[in-house]
Amino acid sequence: MDFQIALILGQDGITNGAIYALLALALVLVFAVTRVIFIPQGEFVAYGALTLAMIGNNVFPATAWLLLGAGVAVAALDGLGALRAGQARKLPRVLAVNVGYPLAVIALLRLLPLAELGLAVQILLAMLVVVPLGPMMYRIVYQPIAEATVLVLLIVSVASHVAMVGLGLLFFGAEGYRTPPLSDARFDLGSLSISGQTIWVVAASIVLIVALALFFGRTIYGKALRATAINRNGARLMGIPPALAGKLTFLLAALIGVLSGVLISPITTIYYDSGFLIGLKGFVAAIIGGLASYPLAAFGAVLVGLLESFSSFWASAYKEVLVFTLIIPVLVWRSLTSHHVEEEE
Amino acid sequence: MKTALSPRLVLAAFVALLLVAPLVLPAFYITLLNYIGLYAMVALGLVLLTGVGGLTSFGQGAFVGLGAYTTALLTTSAELPGWLGWAGGSPWLALLVGLVFTCVVAFLIGKLTLRLSGHYLPLATIAWGLSLYFLFGTMAFLGGHTGLTGIPPISVFGYELRQGEEVYYLIWLFVLAGVLTTSNLLDSREGRAIRALKGGMVMAEAMGVDTARSRMVIFILAALLACASGWLYAHMQRFVNPTPFGLHIGIEYLFMAVVGGAAHVWGALVGAGVITVLKQWLQDLLPKLFGTSGNFEVIFFGVLMVLVLHKARGGLWPILVSGFKRFIPVAAQRRTVDRDAVALPRRELPAAGSVLLEAKAVTRRFGGLLANNNMSLEVRAGEILALIGPNGAGKSTMFNQVSGVDTPTSGEVLFLGESVVGKGSRTIARMGMSRTFQHVRLLPTMSVLENVAIGAHMRGSSGVLSAAWRMERSEEARLLAEAARQIERVGLGEHMFDEAGSLALGQQRILEIARALASDPCLLLLDEPAAGLRYKEKEALGDLLRKLRAEGMGVLLVEHDMDFVMGLVDRVVVMEFGEKIAEGLPEDVQRDPAVLAAYLGGED
Repeated sequence: MDFQIALILGQDGITNGAIYALLALALVLVFAVTRVIFIPQGEFVAYGALTLAMIGNNVFPATAWLLLGAGVAVAALDGLGALRAGQARKLPRVLAVNVGYPLAVIALLRLLPLAELGLAVQILLAMLVVVPLGPMMYRIVYQPIAEATVLVLLIVSVASHVAMVGLGLLFFGAEGYRTPPLSDARFDLGSLSISGQTIWVVAASIVLIVALALFFGRTIYGKALRATAINRNGARLMGIPPALAGKLTFLLAALIGVLSGVLISPITTIYYDSGFLIGLKGFVAAIIGGLASYPLAAFGAVLVGLLESFSSFWASAYKEVLVFTLIIPVLVWRSLTSHHVEEEE
Repeated sequence: MKTALSPRLVLAAFVALLLVAPLVLPAFYITLLNYIGLYAMVALGLVLLTGVGGLTSFGQGAFVGLGAYTTALLTTSAELPGWLGWAGGSPWLALLVGLVFTCVVAFLIGKLTLRLSGHYLPLATIAWGLSLYFLFGTMAFLGGHTGLTGIPPISVFGYELRQGEEVYYLIWLFVLAGVLTTSNLLDSREGRAIRALKGGMVMAEAMGVDTARSRMVIFILAALLACASGWLYAHMQRFVNPTPFGLHIGIEYLFMAVVGGAAHVWGALVGAGVITVLKQWLQDLLPKLFGTSGNFEVIFFGVLMVLVLHKARGGLWPILVSGFKRFIPVAAQRRTVDRDAVALPRRELPAAGSVLLEAKAVTRRFGGLLANNNMSLEVRAGEILALIGPNGAGKSTMFNQVSGVDTPTSGEVLFLGESVVGKGSRTIARMGMSRTFQHVRLLPTMSVLENVAIGAHMRGSSGVLSAAWRMERSEEARLLAEAARQIERVGLGEHMFDEAGSLALGQQRILEIARALASDPCLLLLDEPAAGLRYKEKEALGDLLRKLRAEGMGVLLVEHDMDFVMGLVDRVVVMEFGEKIAEGLPEDVQRDPAVLAAYLGGED
């Protein structure tokens, strides 16, 4: 390997690492606030990328039907709850938000000339379809068992992941897609050639991370989420409903997932089941941060990205194996530093 | 009223059905039953791991693959390395090698993750499952994605099992052996320790149970069951490729255990049956329905799984059982306690008046908070010492320092003359200190008898294998007899076989005392034992403690109930703001101005 190749691999590694960093942040956030180990995070990446690809190919994205289905389910759950509590006046709002919105999105997708829209508008449409699936998923799948053990929540996560992959195959077929790059520009820095896409990815990741930091540091909702992450019961006593915190967290996680999908799909061909491996690499990074530390998780993500790109050069057949064995030294270290017996929640 | 069937009869009927099945069913159903049997073995391991032990693994498919590939390689390879030459050619030797290999791998994975919180094991097993699957597919000597062919059939006493209905009997023999040994294990000393893992780890450690070891045991057992299933699979199919050992299959195994009923050994069979049959049916139906081919059944399984965990977390087995019993009553299995069992050996109690526990200048800081400052106290054999003080005085912190739950920032704790700082509650329990908890820590679904028997854990020594094969019954009888004796001693005799969770709070506290006594301690630490007790119960508790004192036991009591304390104890230590403000006889302490100020407010 010469310096030139090392530079290219390093650039690839940092680009992918930036995306894994976003996913790792979302995973740490979801775990901290809701104790859910969010395996389906990767499906949001794939759904986002493939929905965008469908729109770009002038095909009605079938994920919109999932949005409608999930909306109807949420409306049924919330509607029944409202009726039982004798609050029938809440019904119109529940219906408008959960059924009206998906119908409006479907109408928009049907009416607009999808392929002729600019890439930015297409991305916006894909987000309108996929991101609300996050909070809806929380309402349907997790909220009824919010107090269950981490283990039960994890099994539910895996079950949702499996169902979403199956639905992905149904929606998008077995074929893979790439979306157009966000920029075709190339910049030459001496012997190094940087693609516009790389700059987009790294810049978007940094902007998102800063935006998240501002959200958590400066806004009331961000502070509410932080409070819930530190002490669920305490936050509840201070008037922060756990269900709201959960939905907000899942909204952020879905948003990060879809954006990651948009960023990664010009670099890698995305299939209906690609999300899982991408998400797992975010997990490896999150585990490096102990599922608790944001900066360590981001650092881990860049490490994962670099390891991946360099091992694909040296031992491409063992690329995935090498990435996942990265968690072994981390687990050894954590295992050696923790000694006390703790009760599982 | 209909006469109730005995559980043995129901089991015999089930075995009889299994025996005649190949004679009456067409080959297709026998193949299906073979698969159900193979899957049930893996699911059984997950029942032990997930339903009973509160851990989980998504990598069981990889362990199945380990068993299958080991035997495939050993029985088909023409040139084995010299040191493995002895294992070539015979499936049975290959099984042995596979089991040993699996044991080593499971031990290493367990060593890495089992000390950490529960969610690291499943995450690590996802990584392990994926990695092994990739390796199966890339290693040239394992045949890559085409796999290995030409695996010989298993022969039993020279008879080769070539047909589906011939392997059938071997598979189901393995399944039944697995179910039997697992239920034997769960109903034993080691089994109680395993059942305590889910929600009772702190308690179990305080009773001398090595919980890390128990977790390791069930993880390895689950891996071994999976490995044996893989061995049978390889010799039934006669070829192996990576596909059936991927992560998605590992997830399916977990679905089987959860849908069937993760807390019951028979749930594994139900789950394997339901998921296998459903999968067969859906794989036919769904592609027709959707118009394209693909594994769409996973959508259904995912949704089913979420529904089961929402609506019936116990799975199908408990529902089936209660439905079955409505039509055909089955007698409950009632345990008996063998009163004639030889009593367990007792510890020699130190002479009355000798110092048992000595805390010297114990200080515990939490950041800027000084919870205990320069606290000293000593407890002697044959005396009851009360540690009292207003709320927030630091009594419970002090209690944790001496019992090994927490480690003091500075200072010394000597028990029987030995320093116990930083030793951990398990070691301290072995030395002869036993305790109760302020917030009752019981296993609510286990009987009172079994809960108390956990207290006697360290007085037995039989291991996992002897429990699985019922070779420890005389020791088990002695442990249960001891537990029964302590239950009667504290006056809970009539509740011996009730679920511990069904007792009133006061009775649960008393149960904790019986459990502590079952460990044969020389020092008893009681954290607010009288809270929630009625007057008569308090009197009985006082009498019991007096009797223990007369026998030479030392008792350290944290208590709020002054009437109870003052009439009972020999000496009192009073704490306020983390420090000792008074010490002495009950009547002197009651007149101490500092104590009065602490309790009633001082004069300015």
